[in-house]
Amino acid sequence: MNSLTLYVMTASALFGIGVYGLIIAGHLLRKLLALNLMGNAVFILMVTVAGPFEHGPDPVPQALVLTGIVIAVSATALALALMVRLYRETGRATLGDNDGDEEVDDG
Amino acid sequence: MTGEALAGLVFLPLLAACAVLALPSRSGRVPGTAIVVLSLVGPLVLLLPITVALWTKGAFSLQLAGFDRPLGIVWRVDALALLLLWLHAVVGALVGVQALASYPTATDRGRRFWPLWLLLSGGMNALLLSADLFNLYVTLELVTLAAIGLIAIDGKPAALKAAMRYLLLALMASLLYLLGVGLIYGQTGTLDLYQAGQTLDPALLPITALVLMLTGLLVKSAIFPLHIWLPDAHGNAPGPVSAILSAMVVKVSIYIIWRLWFWMAPAWELMTAANLLGVLGAVAIFYGSILALSQKRLKMIIAYSTVAQLGYLMLVFPLASAVAFQGAVYHLLSHGLAKAAMFMAAANILLSLGTDNIKRLSGLDQRLPMDVFTLALAGVSIMGLPPSGGFLGKWLLLTAAWQQDGWAWMVVIVAGGLLSAAYVFRILAATCFHPKAAGHNRNIKALPPAPASIAALALALMAIIAGFASAPILGLLEAGLPPEMP
Repeated sequence: MNSLTLYVMTASALFGIGVYGLIIAGHLLRKLLALNLMGNAVFILMVTVAGPFEHGPDPVPQALVLTGIVIAVSATALALALMVRLYRETGRATLGDNDGDEEVDDG
Repeated sequence: MTGEALAGLVFLPLLAACAVLALPSRSGRVPGTAIVVLSLVGPLVLLLPITVALWTKGAFSLQLAGFDRPLGIVWRVDALALLLLWLHAVVGALVGVQALASYPTATDRGRRFWPLWLLLSGGMNALLLSADLFNLYVTLELVTLAAIGLIAIDGKPAALKAAMRYLLLALMASLLYLLGVGLIYGQTGTLDLYQAGQTLDPALLPITALVLMLTGLLVKSAIFPLHIWLPDAHGNAPGPVSAILSAMVVKVSIYIIWRLWFWMAPAWELMTAANLLGVLGAVAIFYGSILALSQKRLKMIIAYSTVAQLGYLMLVFPLASAVAFQGAVYHLLSHGLAKAAMFMAAANILLSLGTDNIKRLSGLDQRLPMDVFTLALAGVSIMGLPPSGGFLGKWLLLTAAWQQDGWAWMVVIVAGGLLSAAYVFRILAATCFHPKAAGHNRNIKALPPAPASIAALALALMAIIAGFASAPILGLLEAGLPPEMP
């Protein structure tokens, strides 16, 4: 098994675990962790795309991954803030089924 | 001159967002309002030289900071991008009138609201200009994150939950898109959409990349069955936010899908996938309309109507002709105007009644005549009755289906129009219903601010006028058709 296969397989496994966690987990924090895992899988794959070739690695995908990490961090921060606010308002950090209509409806 | 105007489209809202954030809290209402008005009107002025340039010279590009492809980022203006920029400028300015009324800049709410709103605006302009796959990803993230902040801005539990669900799905969607971008870069060594298209063949890896990107974008543009986040998010967001979400935010991801499909991979033989996308659109039309018929709240009806109307934009894939493309773009434009008008009128009604439960709207035609009139006019365009913009879009799609003997698509288009008539008339019947026992609507708390009602009416009127003023728009599209379009 060469290193390329190893990287791709690691990325695939991480992505799969992330998707599983995102669907199965109830607590929002777990869902966010799962999403970050998926993000890391994509980043690993993009670093794999970058080489190294004979003349050294291609810097562009690595720069893209850096930007991607910045975006992932800010998105996670926004999600955490939303989660905390949701917990303060409803006392729960999950997405229950009873949402939407009832609370705004004055009946 | 055009270069400066293009930069202004992106940087004016971004700078204004920073300026609103930096204003001291005791500065009064004048400076904040002035900044916001400038950034709402500015794009309308900046678009004039760009339109003239496109009209005289045809499509043109701008290399940012003078770096050429493959390393540099290129902005490209063609007919499709220009029309969406205009839609965004017009809808943004008029919805902004309502937003200014409900979120005055001097208040705490306003100071939280406007930076996000302007960020969203700048992000969308950058997205529409960009011809770079990774730049599209960054701007799409900017748009999504700002939109989620705006949905949750009032901190109501229902809106918070809707925003959270949207955020989780949107993050997953952008990772799928990013994965596709990574694969395409690995194949081509470029991020430029047009350059990548020239080097790519429809082999296994590029098709995998395209499928990943499309799946992500279909989530973000809420195409059935990936629409589940949309009704709650659009139905529970504050009024002006619902309007801009339905009119613009979902459309920009469809814009990227079109760009990838018709510009990056125009020569690939993807008839099966095209038919699949068309079937998804057809199911969305039926499903969204039927669910709109069973909703209890006005804003939820309008939100499900968006799910249905977005389905029409998918019909361009199986039809794939110049007429179908013109029809889909025209439908997108007129739906943007009409849906923004409907959501604004619904927000005015919600403000004055304190509820938008459909049962409580009786007698509203006498208390809020202008808003009910707006709902009716916008409804005419949504239903696709002549002489509205919505009619013309659907008519062109119907013509395209007729030319190709696509009987199934014709049935879908006509039946979708009838179903939308059903839910629009359900709204109008509720507002014009006068039960003797209850008398006129006594629940009314306050009248909506007049500018908000006038702005909504102006949008609805434009959706109707779009049916008359089609010649220049269709001519522009004719000149800017995607390559290889029959």
